[in-house]
Amino acid sequence: MIISVASGKGGTGKTTIAVNLALSLNNVQFLDCDVEEPNAHIFLKPKITEQKKAYIPVPEIDESICDTCGKCSKVCVYKAIAVLPSRAEEKGSVLVFAPLCHGCGACAALCPKNAIREINREIGVVEIGSCGEMEFVHGKLNIGEAMAPPLIRQVKEHIDPKKTVIMDAPPGTSCPVVTSLKRSDYCILVTEPTPFGLNDLVLAVEVLKKMKIPFGVVINRSDLGNDLTEEYCRKEKIPILMKIPFKKEIAMAYSKGEPIVMAFPEYKKDFIALYDEVLRRIK
Amino acid sequence: MKQIVVISGKGGTGKTVITGAIAALAENKVMADCDVDAADLHLLLQPKIKERHEFKSGLTALIDKKLCNKCGKCVSACRFNAISDDFTVDNISCEGCAFCSHICPAGAIKMEECVAGEWFISETRFGPMVHAKLGIAEENSGKLVSLVRKEAKQLAEKNHCDWVIVDGAPGIGCPVIASLSGIDCALVVTEPTLSGLHDALRVIEVTKHFNVPSRLVINKYDLNLEMSKKIEEHCADNGISLIGKVRFDRSVVEAMVEGKTIMEYKDTPVKDEIRKIWERLQI
Repeated sequence: MIISVASGKGGTGKTTIAVNLALSLNNVQFLDCDVEEPNAHIFLKPKITEQKKAYIPVPEIDESICDTCGKCSKVCVYKAIAVLPSRAEEKGSVLVFAPLCHGCGACAALCPKNAIREINREIGVVEIGSCGEMEFVHGKLNIGEAMAPPLIRQVKEHIDPKKTVIMDAPPGTSCPVVTSLKRSDYCILVTEPTPFGLNDLVLAVEVLKKMKIPFGVVINRSDLGNDLTEEYCRKEKIPILMKIPFKKEIAMAYSKGEPIVMAFPEYKKDFIALYDEVLRRIK
Repeated sequence: MKQIVVISGKGGTGKTVITGAIAALAENKVMADCDVDAADLHLLLQPKIKERHEFKSGLTALIDKKLCNKCGKCVSACRFNAISDDFTVDNISCEGCAFCSHICPAGAIKMEECVAGEWFISETRFGPMVHAKLGIAEENSGKLVSLVRKEAKQLAEKNHCDWVIVDGAPGIGCPVIASLSGIDCALVVTEPTLSGLHDALRVIEVTKHFNVPSRLVINKYDLNLEMSKKIEEHCADNGISLIGKVRFDRSVVEAMVEGKTIMEYKDTPVKDEIRKIWERLQI
C-alpha cells in the first residue's frame, strides 16, 4: 500500500507529516520523491547502505556511419539534436544537446543508418538505507539538472509492495508531482489555512481528481489564517484528517531536524489515528 | 533595466511575501510570477487581466482505434509507460515524444498539440504584471516560465522600466532554471531550519552553476535564533552575501488574508527589515 503526502504550496509540512507518520507505524518503507530538495533524511538520519547513480539514455552519433540525412533531428520533438548537412567538400555533422533529451529513444531506433547508440548521462543519485526497522530510499537531482521525473521514476522502482510505503512528494501540480503520485492508494494533502495555502490546495485537489486518487486533508498551523480552508473542505466534501495548531515547540523541533514524535512522544497516538483514518477510507 | 528573481529551494519560506513587498517598494517596474504551477502573487497584487493567451506546448499521442491492428509495437517502444495493453494513451504519462506515431505500421497514431495553460498580461496597483496558469498536471513549466520572462522583459523595455521583479518557483528543476536566465541577481529566501538551509545551499549552487549572482535573506529568523546564527556563520565562511533578516510576525499572514502586501499593512518592524533588504539589493 502506498500512502503519499503532497501539497500544492511548499513549506506547509509535507515532510513533517510523512516523517512522523512513518515513525509511528511498523513495517514501513519511506520514499522521498522530492528529488530537487529532499529533506526527509535530515529528520530520519538514515544509514545509507547503497548508492546508485541515476542515468537517462542520450544519443551518441557514430560520425563514421552517419550520412547527416537529418532524420534524427526531424523526429526529436525536444530539439535535442541539430544536423548540419554536408556542403560541397565539407562533411556535415550532428550536434547533440544532451540536457534537452528526454531519453525517448526515437532517434536511435529510427536512424536509417543505425548510426546512433544510446549512452548514459548521469542526472542524480538514488540512495538506499535504513533507520531502525524502517527502509529508506531517496533521490538527489544533480545541480543544474532540469528534469526530475526520470529520477523520481528510478526512486519508485525500489517500492516494496509488501510494506506500508510512505511517500514524501514534491510541491506543486506539474510533472514531478504527477510522476510521484502515480499509483498511490491514498494521498494526504497538507495545507495551511492561509489564502496562499487554500489557493494551492484547490489546485492540488484538481490534480488528485484528475488522477483518480482518493485523498484527505491535514491542516497544519491550523490557527494561523482564516476559516476559508475548512469551509472549502466542507463544501467539497473533502475529509479533514487532522489539524495541527501552530506551536513554537513544534517549529523549534522542526528547525533542528527533530521529528515531533521523537521530541514529544505524546503526538504518536495522533499519527496512528491519522493512519487508521486513512486505512478506513481506503476500505 | 535590471532583473531580480526571488527563489528559495524549499517552499514556504516566504518568497511571495517578499516579492509582494518589493513590488510595493520598487519604482518603475514590471512584475512576473514564474511559479506557474502554484502561483500566489496574484493574491497580493490582485491583477486586472488585460490580455489572455493560450499556452500551447507539447504533444500527446492519440490512437485511432479503427486503424489500430493491436500489434503492440507502440506499447513496447514507449519508455514512459504511457500506452496501456488495451491501446489507450495515458495523457498524464505521455511526454509527447512521438516515437509511437513514427513506428506504428498502421499509421493509427496521431500527435495532437495540447493547450498546457494560459498566460496573462495584467495591470496591478503597483504596475504591470505578467503571470500564468499551467494546466493541472501539465508539463513544460520551464517553457511557460521562459515565455512569462520574455513577455515581462519586453514590456519593461517598451515602458523604459528600471526593474523586472520575478517571483520564482520552489525546487531546483526546470522552472527554477528557466527563471534564472538573464537574471542580474537572485534573492534567495531561507528560514532558520536545517531544511531551509540545506535547500538554500542547493539552490545557491544552481545560481553559481548558471553564473547568476545571489543574495540571501533569512525570513522568520527569530523562530530559531541559534539556527539563524549558524546560517550567518555559514554565509561568512562560504562567501554567501547575507543582506538581511526578517522576523516572524503574525501580521504577515493577516496582511495576506486581506490581500495586501505587508508594506501596505499596519506598522510592524518587518517593514523596515524588508526596506533595508530592498536598499541593499539595489547596490
